[in-house]
Amino acid sequence: MDAIFDIPVIGVLIQFVVYVIAALPVVAPTIAAAATPIALGAMCGFMNERSGVVNIGIEGMMLTAAFVAWWSASLAAQVVPNVGIGVLGITLPLVIGLTTAILAAMAVSAVHAWLSITVRADQIISGTIINIFAVGITGYLNLLISKQSPPSAGQFQPLQLPGVLEDVPVLGFLLDSLIGVGPIGLTMLISVIVLQVLLFRSRWGLRTRAVGEHPKAAETVGIDVIRLRYRNVIGGGVFAGLAGAYLTIEFGSAFQGEMTAGRGFIALAALIFGRWTPVGAFGAALLFTASIGLERSIRFAPPEGQLGEWLTAVPLQFYGALPYLITIIVLAGVVGRSLAPAAVGRPYERESKAA
Amino acid sequence: MRAALERVRSVAVLPAVAIGLALVVGAVIMILSSPLVGGFDLTLPLTAYQALAVGAFGSGNALVSTLVNATPLVLAGLAVGIGFKAGLFNIGAQGQFLIGALSATIVAIALNGASPAVAIPLSLLAGMAGGLAWGFVPGFLKAFTGAHEVVTTIMLNFVAIQIVSYVISGPLRGAEVTFARTDNIVAGELPILIGRDGHLGLLLAAVAVPAAWWLLYRSTIGFEIRTVGANPDAARYGGMQPKWITVLAMSVCGLLAGTAGAGEILGEVGYMPASYGTTVGFDAIAVALLGRAHPVGILFAGLLFGGMQAGAGLMQVQAGIPVQMVSVLQAVILFFLAAELIVRRVLRIRAPGTGVEAELETVSRSYGEQTSL
Amino acid sequence: MRGITKRYPGVLANDGIDLDVRQGEIHALLGENGAGKSTLMNILYGLAVPDAGEILLDGKPVTISGPHDAIDQGISMVHQHFMLVPVLSVAENILLGEEPMAGRVFLDRAGSHRRIRELGERFGWEIDPDKPVGSLSVGWQQRVEILKALYRNARVLVLDEPTAVLTPQETREIFGVLRALRAEGYAIIFISHKLYEVLEVADRITVIRRGKVVGSRIPAETNEDDLAELMVGRNVQLTVDRGESHPGEPTLVVEDLKARDDRGHEVVHDVSFEVRAGEIFGIAGVAGNGQDELVEAIVGLRHAAGGHVTLDGRNVTGASPRHLHQQGLAFVPGDRHRFGLVLTFPLTDNLVLNDYYHTPFANGLQRNDEAIEANAEEAVEKYDVRTPSTTVTAGTLSGGNQQKVVVAREFEGTLKLLVLDQPTRGLDVGSIEFIHRQAIARRDSGVAILLVSAELDEVLELSDRIGVMFRGRMVAVLDGRSVDREAVGLLMATGGRGGGTQPQTIEESA
Repeated sequence: MDAIFDIPVIGVLIQFVVYVIAALPVVAPTIAAAATPIALGAMCGFMNERSGVVNIGIEGMMLTAAFVAWWSASLAAQVVPNVGIGVLGITLPLVIGLTTAILAAMAVSAVHAWLSITVRADQIISGTIINIFAVGITGYLNLLISKQSPPSAGQFQPLQLPGVLEDVPVLGFLLDSLIGVGPIGLTMLISVIVLQVLLFRSRWGLRTRAVGEHPKAAETVGIDVIRLRYRNVIGGGVFAGLAGAYLTIEFGSAFQGEMTAGRGFIALAALIFGRWTPVGAFGAALLFTASIGLERSIRFAPPEGQLGEWLTAVPLQFYGALPYLITIIVLAGVVGRSLAPAAVGRPYERESKAA
Repeated sequence: MRAALERVRSVAVLPAVAIGLALVVGAVIMILSSPLVGGFDLTLPLTAYQALAVGAFGSGNALVSTLVNATPLVLAGLAVGIGFKAGLFNIGAQGQFLIGALSATIVAIALNGASPAVAIPLSLLAGMAGGLAWGFVPGFLKAFTGAHEVVTTIMLNFVAIQIVSYVISGPLRGAEVTFARTDNIVAGELPILIGRDGHLGLLLAAVAVPAAWWLLYRSTIGFEIRTVGANPDAARYGGMQPKWITVLAMSVCGLLAGTAGAGEILGEVGYMPASYGTTVGFDAIAVALLGRAHPVGILFAGLLFGGMQAGAGLMQVQAGIPVQMVSVLQAVILFFLAAELIVRRVLRIRAPGTGVEAELETVSRSYGEQTSL
Repeated sequence: MRGITKRYPGVLANDGIDLDVRQGEIHALLGENGAGKSTLMNILYGLAVPDAGEILLDGKPVTISGPHDAIDQGISMVHQHFMLVPVLSVAENILLGEEPMAGRVFLDRAGSHRRIRELGERFGWEIDPDKPVGSLSVGWQQRVEILKALYRNARVLVLDEPTAVLTPQETREIFGVLRALRAEGYAIIFISHKLYEVLEVADRITVIRRGKVVGSRIPAETNEDDLAELMVGRNVQLTVDRGESHPGEPTLVVEDLKARDDRGHEVVHDVSFEVRAGEIFGIAGVAGNGQDELVEAIVGLRHAAGGHVTLDGRNVTGASPRHLHQQGLAFVPGDRHRFGLVLTFPLTDNLVLNDYYHTPFANGLQRNDEAIEANAEEAVEKYDVRTPSTTVTAGTLSGGNQQKVVVAREFEGTLKLLVLDQPTRGLDVGSIEFIHRQAIARRDSGVAILLVSAELDEVLELSDRIGVMFRGRMVAVLDGRSVDREAVGLLMATGGRGGGTQPQTIEESA
């Protein structure tokens, strides 16, 4: 193998490819874990945009949910018995944390829905307001609470594969990387599949698509555009809630100011890259977070020889910037902007109730 | 004269109401969270707001502090506001600010041994150029690939953070420093004009406002920018080139935000840390929206938010309210502005002419379509 | 419908209107653009709520607060602007809102396909349920709209300007469909502003003018002049006498022009024609046969994929709009809200939209506000634009006055070539008359005029020479005086391939 690697230019490329393939099983769990909040955020964006509502406030919704999950779980742990069902690390305080986080995100989504649909304010501004508010209120409360050092309620645990399965050749590797996820991660996987099927085969999916493309046409066949949009936007809040909660009660167990670090926006880019389909968005999320896996791998187990030297010489900030750079390149290159739901971003005026 | 006053009143009434309502909401939040601060206290908002006001306007020093805080907000606010006029949502003011600051720092450090007469102008120019470049990129991408600037500018904000971190932790790291930061800037430091901190940047901001006004409303280029913002198709029909105007507008925005960054480092901080924490870029959005994307409005909005920031420190000390409350207040002000139709109906305020709605419509509409720029 | 009154800000759209329609009747609602016909039907369908009045079905009063109520009551509507979702299939569009279900969540695909096919067979149409509606020709989209309305158990069918975009042949087919439906007992309301159509197909005609019913007629007892007078309120000359033209040298020469649409398909194939100074050359054709792209390629708003355009002897192929404007080209665009005006800008700015950058409107970079204002005052006066002042935003003007602003801007100056695209679409008779007269005046002063219109009558009325476009080609150039309406219609529908058999299978647009 080393002989092939020594061939001038092509050798390096081959070595790189081989390296990536070999590193994948090792970093796959990292990638999957990092992709989960992004995929969930993309599901939130999906529910919004497919119905015709722009939502750039996913970031703020996630941040709010992250904070609420952590704080309410912490409070619950002090008040409620720490009973669990023994699987996946599910305990009552954590469940309370998750539930309140989802409710909080739904409430924020309701505000966005109200501003965008009823008030017909500019939807991008509505999203921005949510982002600024979320940063402010979570930072504010976090500072006040941290003074009292509240205890952590722990976190959900990933599924453990029975040792036997791990040794099965291909399947073992796949299961190991994908199913090494906790309850929220599993929920994400299930949601992606369910939403994809529903979009194209259910009545809800058809009506949502119609409303997102041509709300006037939908209205004239008797569909209540406003109600459908409200339900979808608030429904989308569920996923933002899951995404935020994941950060503080599954992936980690503490809250930090502004910890979402742009994931909400990367989620949006994943949605666009995935052509506004759940499965596509999930794939895009994996692609975007692959760079994190790559960075981890290079840091701890760099390839040998020239390639290794080059890769480790690259400053780690480059890998930090990589997801964002990929997003830009994708956006610039994806011609499919014209595949956005046609009515997205435009407030809908219903004439029938206007007196 | 009466007509002018009438116009000012009709335009200013809604922001004033929004601010008032926001203060009420802020008070409610403070009361609800007062147990965490030191015990339930109904008068907490009063203490807090009083401290805020004193810290902002209560003394000569406070006023200067307000001006100093307002300077980057006004400049960056113009950066966002001109973007709005061009139909663009420039959320990238934060990144443009950082790159401008970094560029100015690089040149200033390099010229640390030269005379101020050389170092200051060159550093400022470097800041402008850096910001301009960071605005040019999303502008170019939007114009020629259709990549919506909302997402690209946010991405570039994060990339900017990484670049700053890398440059200052590495090549530009100071000689004997205790944490990752550059050396002090000596030659490039901006002269103080008023008070203790009132540096040259104030002058830049003060000049930028009328300049922006002239550009938008008295020049042909401004007419082109506003036309592209209001209706890019009609702009093409009229012989304009929306693609290049978009690039130009975003570049100008970048230049202004970069100036803000340069001014902050050269005038206020004096060096640049690797993790320079600031929310100027997002505050600028609030400033632009509150000022309804008009240079004069942005000036007042910038002064208001600058005052709030200046007073926030005192508020934290005297009332125990964390400075993040300012962000909360900003968001709530914007909320009431956005809900303006409802607010109007409830309070029976008549609408003035056209607000910033037309350009904002283009912003949201261009999100989904392939606008023929 | 009894005593229906509806007020919008600034205008009384419906003023105490009474209307009754019987089973097995085709009742036409006639009026010019803006008279209130669409408003009345929107009220019937639940898209608008009346301020006063009531609706009775079979003698019983009903409340219709939204389209779902209307549908429940058996009222179906075919809208003027298609209410079809382009990316969804034919089946999905027709069944939207009334989807056949397999269980509680999922759609019954096979069942819906079957039903659509059956429905189409009633009229002898072979429908492909899976085709995306956006890929259909305009005529086929119209058929899908009608199927959509018929799919539900309707008793009342409303059609709003159904023939606006159809060829004379397709119009005849639609009339056949309506007569068949009438025989089945439908109560049909047919909205139109075209007199001869209404006379041909209706059993009764109600004329609406400025929101009021001004008369009711039976076709056998009336004629076009009578109806026209009712519609407009005065003895009106519906067509302008264009007089003799004295054409000079060719001003515009188009040779083998090719152009692509937004998706990259070539939609203009080797088009060649010329327009001489002092003549009006009209292009007739069903909307969507390449006229938009042809016009855009000529005026610089679209890249020409091949061929030449010459203006006054100079090659201007691929020139920018600004350069063409400087060479004496003026363009009244078909979509005035999109291209012709900036609705949020004042009239002053709109009137210098393509001249703002040079003297006298600007000195270098600085604009000259006095000159801009003076220009606006003059234009508003000369072109009779009804507006409270020159600084109001263009969006506050009525459609007719908005178009007059565009005309005021384009018809002035040293013009060589004037391109008019749908210049009177959606306008009231008075404005139409005004603009037609202005066009003829320009022609007589030596300007070359290129007219593109989907209104065949407008083309016939104004043009000295007529070109017909079909599927991106100029299939004929005819003399305006000796032309036969039917022949042009046939060319528009078939491109001159001869034979008038209707295509039975769903076909793609060009």
